[in-house]
Amino acid sequence: MSSIPHGNVPAYLNPDSIRRGLSRRKTLDQVFVLVGLILMLACLGILAVLFLDLVIDGSQRFGWDFFTNFPSRRAERAGILGAWVGTSLIMLVTAFCAVPVGVAAAIYLEEYAPKNWFTAIIEINVTNLAGVPSIVYGLLALGLFVYQFGLGQSIAAAGLTLALLILPIVIVATRESIRAVPKSIREAAYGLGATRWEVTKDHVLPYSTGGILTGMILGLSRAIGETAPIITIGALSFIAFLPSSPFTSEFPFISFQWLNDPFTAMPIQMFNWVSRPDQAFQANAAAAGAILLAMTLLMNAVAIWIRYRFRKKINW
Amino acid sequence: MAATKSEELISRSGLRYRKVRDRIIETLLLASALVAVFTTLAIVAILLIESAAFFEHVSLKEFLTDTMWTPLFADAHYGILPLVAGTLTTTMVALCVAVPVGTAIAIYLSEFASHRLRETVKPILELLGAVPTVVYGYFALMAVTPLLQKIFPELPGFNMLSAGLVIGLMIVPYVASVSEDAMRAVPRYMREGSYAMGATRLQTALRVVVPGAFSGLAAAFILGISRAVGETMVVAIAAGMQPNFTFDPTEQAATITAYIVQVSLGDLPHGSIGYQSIFAAGLVLMLITLFFNVIGFSLTRRFREAY
Repeated sequence: MSSIPHGNVPAYLNPDSIRRGLSRRKTLDQVFVLVGLILMLACLGILAVLFLDLVIDGSQRFGWDFFTNFPSRRAERAGILGAWVGTSLIMLVTAFCAVPVGVAAAIYLEEYAPKNWFTAIIEINVTNLAGVPSIVYGLLALGLFVYQFGLGQSIAAAGLTLALLILPIVIVATRESIRAVPKSIREAAYGLGATRWEVTKDHVLPYSTGGILTGMILGLSRAIGETAPIITIGALSFIAFLPSSPFTSEFPFISFQWLNDPFTAMPIQMFNWVSRPDQAFQANAAAAGAILLAMTLLMNAVAIWIRYRFRKKINW
Repeated sequence: MAATKSEELISRSGLRYRKVRDRIIETLLLASALVAVFTTLAIVAILLIESAAFFEHVSLKEFLTDTMWTPLFADAHYGILPLVAGTLTTTMVALCVAVPVGTAIAIYLSEFASHRLRETVKPILELLGAVPTVVYGYFALMAVTPLLQKIFPELPGFNMLSAGLVIGLMIVPYVASVSEDAMRAVPRYMREGSYAMGATRLQTALRVVVPGAFSGLAAAFILGISRAVGETMVVAIAAGMQPNFTFDPTEQAATITAYIVQVSLGDLPHGSIGYQSIFAAGLVLMLITLFFNVIGFSLTRRFREAY
């Protein structure tokens, strides 16, 4: 900056222009606050509109029959029985596979893994898997589970596919909550002679339950709405029968036959109705969408609530 | 009872048992972690094997230069360009929404909002990203397209514009969250220096924080691109399924993902050329997203280390 000559004050140092510039800058500041708020409210508003739109469009379909009817050629008699049973069973398989493996992988990476290139490779893999488009998992499942392993277009194949899909979510959430457990707790346990697994099982895991639960629910809420990968496997959208029951009347009273059964799922059913030219089916699609969306939002709300509760409860 | 239990724990055989158990468990945990590696390997292997079979019938030159994609017709053409064009067009439209809106929300949350507001709004905003994509597809087809048709009466029922806009909305929370992380990594003293010079919050945000977080913002946009490229259901429902070599968003066109869905809906025999073509398309999709992901992740690592 050049020195300011006496007597001859340049225009930008004129008090009036400074004041004007200042008030202009402050106005801009306020304008941006407004813009930010409006954009945020718009996004939240769209979420609300989306939900209301589905509820209103689908309103005439809500009713007991909608949940207990199989799909039908006539829109007003079509229901989602096969879809919600299928979705529930798929979620069972997904949770049963993804949670133990994901939590174990996270424990390994946080508590056991040495810092070397091998661990780095695993970590890069987890990060990259989170970015792989879901339909590519569908192609993997089609080639590997459906044809190589011969699982066919079954509930087991769909559940395993979605389990692989949400594995990174479970791993990342579990790692975060394990990392939040202070070192001093581990050191105290080691000081008493506990082995690494005893430290993990008795001290680290109990403290990170909240984070693990959150990750599990968020993962399942992602899986429940995933359409593309299970379309790729070849889910049927017109199924007028249920998978075989997991409970039997004879010993051993439990059957796993349902794992091999063909299936349909909520998002598949909705997609099938959306893509029909007949307008009457759009109401079915909206009703199915409203239920699906309500389930996802509910799961997310529970996850947020659990995270909040655990954060409040634990004071290191 | 307690005494016998601790005796058992510290006895030599007890100690050996605990150590052996630890080794076994460590191996099991490692095996779980390796599932991630095997998944990646399996994806690459499956895509490469089936694509190799595809390229036995189709030359790479035809695949990359032909402007028609009609693998299921009698007059079969195997040019991936129309599908790539559709994918790029919807992605561009999505970015036109997600980049300005996502960045503005991130600036607002990181520089203007109170701690309380931020902690309340962020989880709600993330719900936008949690909505099932098939629901977004319905929204694009049944709500956004009719709305757009009021403005552009010529717009066809299936078009890339409405699909792109909705994908943009879908990735706003993602772009906003990565951008906000990047901006919050800019140290406080830089902001304070700027305030001390008499700058307003907006000036500080735009001239100090945004440049300081630039690599992180770039990462947010690039990871957003990768999400938009891989998005499937919205385009399959709202953008149509006809391959169409155009960059005009008001037309209908199939994307790579939409093509895979279209073929999967039919009943193609295992091993046919149509079956192999979805793996070739998937390979292209995987390469595009991998390219953006690698750049994006290396940029995020950079902004986390920068300060």
